[in-house]
Amino acid sequence: MFEAVLLTVITAATPLLIAAIGELVVERSGVLNLGVEGMMIMGAVVGFAVANQTGSGTLGVVAAIIAGMAMSALFGFLVLVLVTNQVASGLSLTILGLGLSGMIGEAFIGVPGLRLPELYIPVLSEIPFIGPVFFQQDAVVYLGFALVFAVSYVLFKTRAGLVLRAVGDNHTSAHALGYSVVRVRFLAILFGGACAGLAGAYMSLAYTPQWVENMTAGRGWIALALVVFASWLPFRVVAGAYLFGAVTVLTFHAQAQGLGIPSQFLSSLPYLATIAVLVLISANRRLTLVNTPACLGKPFVPDR
Amino acid sequence: MSMAGEENRAEVRKRSETGTLLDARGLTKRFGDILANDLVDLAINKGEIHALLGENGAGKSTLVKMFYGSLEPDAGAINWQGERVTITSPAVARSLGIGMVFQHFSLFEALTVVENIALALEGAGDMKALAQRIEDVSTEYGLPLDPNAVVADLPVGIRQRIEIVRCLLQEPRLIIMDEPTSVLTPQEADKLFLTLQRLASEGCAVLYISHRLEEVQRICHHATILRHGKVVRECDPSKETPASLARMMVGTEVMGVSLGAHQASGGAVRLGISNLSAKPGTPFATELRSINLGVRAGEVIAIAGVAGNGQGELFDAISGEMPVGRDMIRLDDEACGHRGVNWRRRKNAAFVPEERLGHGAVPGMKLSENIVLTRHGTGDGLASGGFVSTAKAGEMEQRIKAKYDVRMSHDDPEARSLSGGNLQKFVVGRELDRKPGVLVVNQPTWGVDAGAAALIRQALIDLARSGSAVLVISQDLDEIFEIADRIAVISRGYLSEPEDARKMTRERIGLLMAGGAETTAGAA
Repeated sequence: MFEAVLLTVITAATPLLIAAIGELVVERSGVLNLGVEGMMIMGAVVGFAVANQTGSGTLGVVAAIIAGMAMSALFGFLVLVLVTNQVASGLSLTILGLGLSGMIGEAFIGVPGLRLPELYIPVLSEIPFIGPVFFQQDAVVYLGFALVFAVSYVLFKTRAGLVLRAVGDNHTSAHALGYSVVRVRFLAILFGGACAGLAGAYMSLAYTPQWVENMTAGRGWIALALVVFASWLPFRVVAGAYLFGAVTVLTFHAQAQGLGIPSQFLSSLPYLATIAVLVLISANRRLTLVNTPACLGKPFVPDR
Repeated sequence: MSMAGEENRAEVRKRSETGTLLDARGLTKRFGDILANDLVDLAINKGEIHALLGENGAGKSTLVKMFYGSLEPDAGAINWQGERVTITSPAVARSLGIGMVFQHFSLFEALTVVENIALALEGAGDMKALAQRIEDVSTEYGLPLDPNAVVADLPVGIRQRIEIVRCLLQEPRLIIMDEPTSVLTPQEADKLFLTLQRLASEGCAVLYISHRLEEVQRICHHATILRHGKVVRECDPSKETPASLARMMVGTEVMGVSLGAHQASGGAVRLGISNLSAKPGTPFATELRSINLGVRAGEVIAIAGVAGNGQGELFDAISGEMPVGRDMIRLDDEACGHRGVNWRRRKNAAFVPEERLGHGAVPGMKLSENIVLTRHGTGDGLASGGFVSTAKAGEMEQRIKAKYDVRMSHDDPEARSLSGGNLQKFVVGRELDRKPGVLVVNQPTWGVDAGAAALIRQALIDLARSGSAVLVISQDLDEIFEIADRIAVISRGYLSEPEDARKMTRERIGLLMAGGAETTAGAA
């Protein structure tokens, strides 16, 4: 029973984790992309459609990533080249994604979906309890974990990460030192789009293998909030995503037990719990301020 | 150049012996209608400390930006060690061996010292090795640095050190320094001069921009003076006086400031600060520690101190932007520490913050609208029944413009379109115009040219002599000695007991800046 609960926690947390880690990179470069929800839902519908047509889950995932990147490229063009307002552009990206996905997905409503196969890691998957929970998952779950480690390593241990953080902290100085602010940001935005697309594919190919309109149900917004509350630190994003996943699953079970708690309250619990815990861990204001990208959301126009 | 005479020619001969490092010919740069640099010729020799002088807007920054590759010239040529070069980006400048220490620091606050430096060095792969090099080089030049400290936690003096060490690690042939001493204590500045002299003796040239003519005289071998984008003179600063250098910069005699009768005691305390303590609002702010001060009618008290020692916090507490304990601030003997800015303005107090654009004035609003923002409640009839009288605001704008010589291209422009010096004359003039009983000014002449600075300083003194209490927070010691009756020093949130300006020395101020203020604060 407990094993089954843990398994569902991981599936509930994975899309949040992946979308949030992508947005974390975008925000570290100083860009606020509020279009996560829109990119996710496009990933979900394109992933489902391609997997359905080709019969290949892998192709579906790849197509979802490309869809997310295409959406983010549009956003990047708007905010970096045309220097439009980031908040407005991000919001319209979400609205565009929700509308477009509904249109593309119309033919796929009610069509039985394809579930990504589980990958059994040899030896490790045979460990009792731990094995089934951690080492008998589908590839995207592993990828999500790999992403967290990779992003953390790149951000804090490599020159590329240093440049990314520098651009997010002070774009004027980064430009004065000769770094291309627009290029760095565009690459970060593309990475964020790829992650959001992947997270969307996980929704329609693993979490609930079917297409339902608006199936991301606000997870893109949760991912955005997670990044802020996690003080832009990758491992805190993991904590936030899993906490949210865990409470979501627990409320399902609480409802099944019939404890007599109003269901509306139960469904709001994951949000409340995540906010409460993340506010607590971000109580260290100095750490939060140092990690907040100082140029977040500010437009950059070079002075020549 | 006819004034240069025999002596100057001899000087030129002496300079050329070391060989020319950088030779700029006919550099021209135009921004819209303004010719920022007009056929500028400038030659820098190896191992020379070369001063670049000029008023604000004379084109100094534009010129050095072209040397550093941040701007491309419209016309003209730059020769580097005898070869024609095109400096298209800062990276190219660095690869030639040109380094720059910026006036407004170009550091990344959220990053550590070593990360900041790594960003400016191509191919600095190993952070540990780099950290070691930083420690070695910084100690060798007497500018010790902790490579793993986060910049946000460091005071301005240390931040400048980072920029200098960053320059040094690039093994530059030419270092450009833009107003390097404006953030240093006199003692720290002396240390910097030693470093510069050592660099020069090792063959590295320094292009030194400063408004402080005494230090230019002290350390520079040669000076080029710009006025309105053109080179007007070259000279050997050691053969000039500060007054003659100022004359070359401005083109006319600089008006002196007359202090009038000295006032140190007797008047009633109009602005009283007692036991003012305030916890910092953000992690990067300074804590104020039991500050006591009484500014009397008729006097000017100046608070000296290196930037970032609590000046901004003290200003906010006095102006009411940061509420403090009720009895900590008294205006004309009425406790008002808990009151807001407007209440204090109605009590005949006026405030001019340090940052003129964005804090002192709203950039996108017209000057007349900016007048309404601070003057709506001060009995000028600007606002009544929820309506604003644009006619009256316009009249006041005309009056302030005329009286404080605010120059503008068209009538009632947006605040952002004014040059720094003109905007400063406007924001100070706006408050002086109502003859406040208490005036608090933070950095009254920051980045303002000599003529405008003299005008503002004289107006502050005149206001005090008419019976007001004037408190000036400044980092410019020359200014402080020019206008203050009494001088106090702020250091790490402690304020020293104010002392008679006639008995105060630079050395004593330097000691107080370096922490002495804390011990004398206890006695207050």
